[in-house]
Amino acid sequence: MVLTRTRVRLLKGAVWAAASWPLLQTGWRWFFGDRLGANPLEVMILGSGLSAVVLLIATLAVTPLRRVTGWNALQRLRRLLGLWAFAYATLHVTVYLALDQGWAWSYILEDVTERRFTIVGALAFVLLLPLAVTSTRGWVRRLGRRWVLLHRLVYPAAGLALLHYTWGQKADLRGPLIAAAVMALLFGVRFGVRRPGRRGPARTGSGGASPAAPVVGPRTLP
Amino acid sequence: MYVRRKPAWDTIPESEITPREVYLDRRRFLAAAGIGIAGAALGPVRAAALQEAPQVGEVTYGEALRADVNDYDLITTYNNFYEFGTGKADPARNSGDFRPRPWTVEVGGEVARPGRYDLDDLIRSAPVEDRIYRLRCVEAWSMVIPWRGIPFRNLLARFEPTAEARFVAFETVYRPEEMPGQRRRVLDWPYVEGLRLDEAANELTFLATGLYGRDLPNQNGAPLRLVVPWKYGFKSIKSIVKITFTRSMPPTSWNLSAPHEYGFYANVNPEVDHPRWSQARETRLPGLAKRPTLPFNGYGEQVAHLYRGMDLTRWY
Repeated sequence: MVLTRTRVRLLKGAVWAAASWPLLQTGWRWFFGDRLGANPLEVMILGSGLSAVVLLIATLAVTPLRRVTGWNALQRLRRLLGLWAFAYATLHVTVYLALDQGWAWSYILEDVTERRFTIVGALAFVLLLPLAVTSTRGWVRRLGRRWVLLHRLVYPAAGLALLHYTWGQKADLRGPLIAAAVMALLFGVRFGVRRPGRRGPARTGSGGASPAAPVVGPRTLP
Repeated sequence: MYVRRKPAWDTIPESEITPREVYLDRRRFLAAAGIGIAGAALGPVRAAALQEAPQVGEVTYGEALRADVNDYDLITTYNNFYEFGTGKADPARNSGDFRPRPWTVEVGGEVARPGRYDLDDLIRSAPVEDRIYRLRCVEAWSMVIPWRGIPFRNLLARFEPTAEARFVAFETVYRPEEMPGQRRRVLDWPYVEGLRLDEAANELTFLATGLYGRDLPNQNGAPLRLVVPWKYGFKSIKSIVKITFTRSMPPTSWNLSAPHEYGFYANVNPEVDHPRWSQARETRLPGLAKRPTLPFNGYGEQVAHLYRGMDLTRWY
């Protein structure tokens, strides 16, 4: 038990270190380095967006990884990873609103109503909002089984984020293709690999006790 | 229909937005500090080399933009040149193996004098000029660059296009062994671009062989590149090996890659947006400040007549 607690603490430390790295590195460049070079806006907006996508994928990887490895301690990292993904998404949106658009609402409105690229990005962010808000233990307890249903919004959010990432490219699709391949692999494991203690492949249909239900639910919390 | 209006830039002082002095002061301070340290450690020879900052000499065009000219380092380290990689820093990093000499340009199609022209011979045929032009990228950033080169119209006289010629097609060199970006099919190599003959003959259309009075660095399109300052940057094709005069509109690389986003004309136009972003404003590098984008990038007086009666929303 003590060993597990130490292990979780170490893992969480590793998540903090890895997830804060892009932010720290960018901050360092801004304050002590080259002030982010010729086009700081490009560095900030692309960097925050990419970090958000990577961390969102890391969040989605928790359950499949746990299922494959049987290492249940991983589950304790999911909320932390999800909140870091949300933090970078918020930064991304803030950089867009404040630095790219300078709070010029007419341009912003034009972007989020007329351009599919911005529409899907904004939609992904809006879907992540309630997930971040209800990530606390209090909300998990209050919502009960509905918490699980609500947090399935992470799947459409991830899909929309991937679309936004893809449509954001001019010609080089390497990044989005890698992200799509990893996501496909994760979903394959998520819905294809049998859950321990179950017979046959996991059901992928909707309704009832879906395998999408996470182990950390209201019942398993202290 | 294009409606001619009073140019908006009459009221915008070019120096108002770009905090270039601040930037320069910082650079000067760093350079001075560097000389101090290097001078103490390495002696006067190395210190003199550090002082050698490229200067803009006399220009035949664009004197009004002198105060806005971007730093040499910025112009040569922030490039879109996918032949050397898709990142902005890639071209400066990956173009070391590229050999810009010897260089010949193959001229063909509807011309009286087709043939393979040696570049140095070609350049000698017209007086070399220095011109300061704005560069507006389709990605909504802009720079001001002091080019060296020759007006394209001077070469037209030498090639003698026939009466059938209506367009000019340009082609970039294809050398995957020297251009690592060409080893992946990000675009359909070689890169191709084109102009209408009257656009090519316009006084602004320029063939650059240098910048800041020096030879073009590889990452900026050595040894010969087009500069059409009223069009988005991707029209200004780099490392040209082939110029063909044609009867019909030639294919262009970005139009082939994404026809809904990049047209043949690609004139800078704040009123015609890119499908993914507005083109009404631009970021003048370096920094974050936005400024309004000008019709034809501020060169309407020189080029607007070329498009009289055309629907520029359709012919984007």
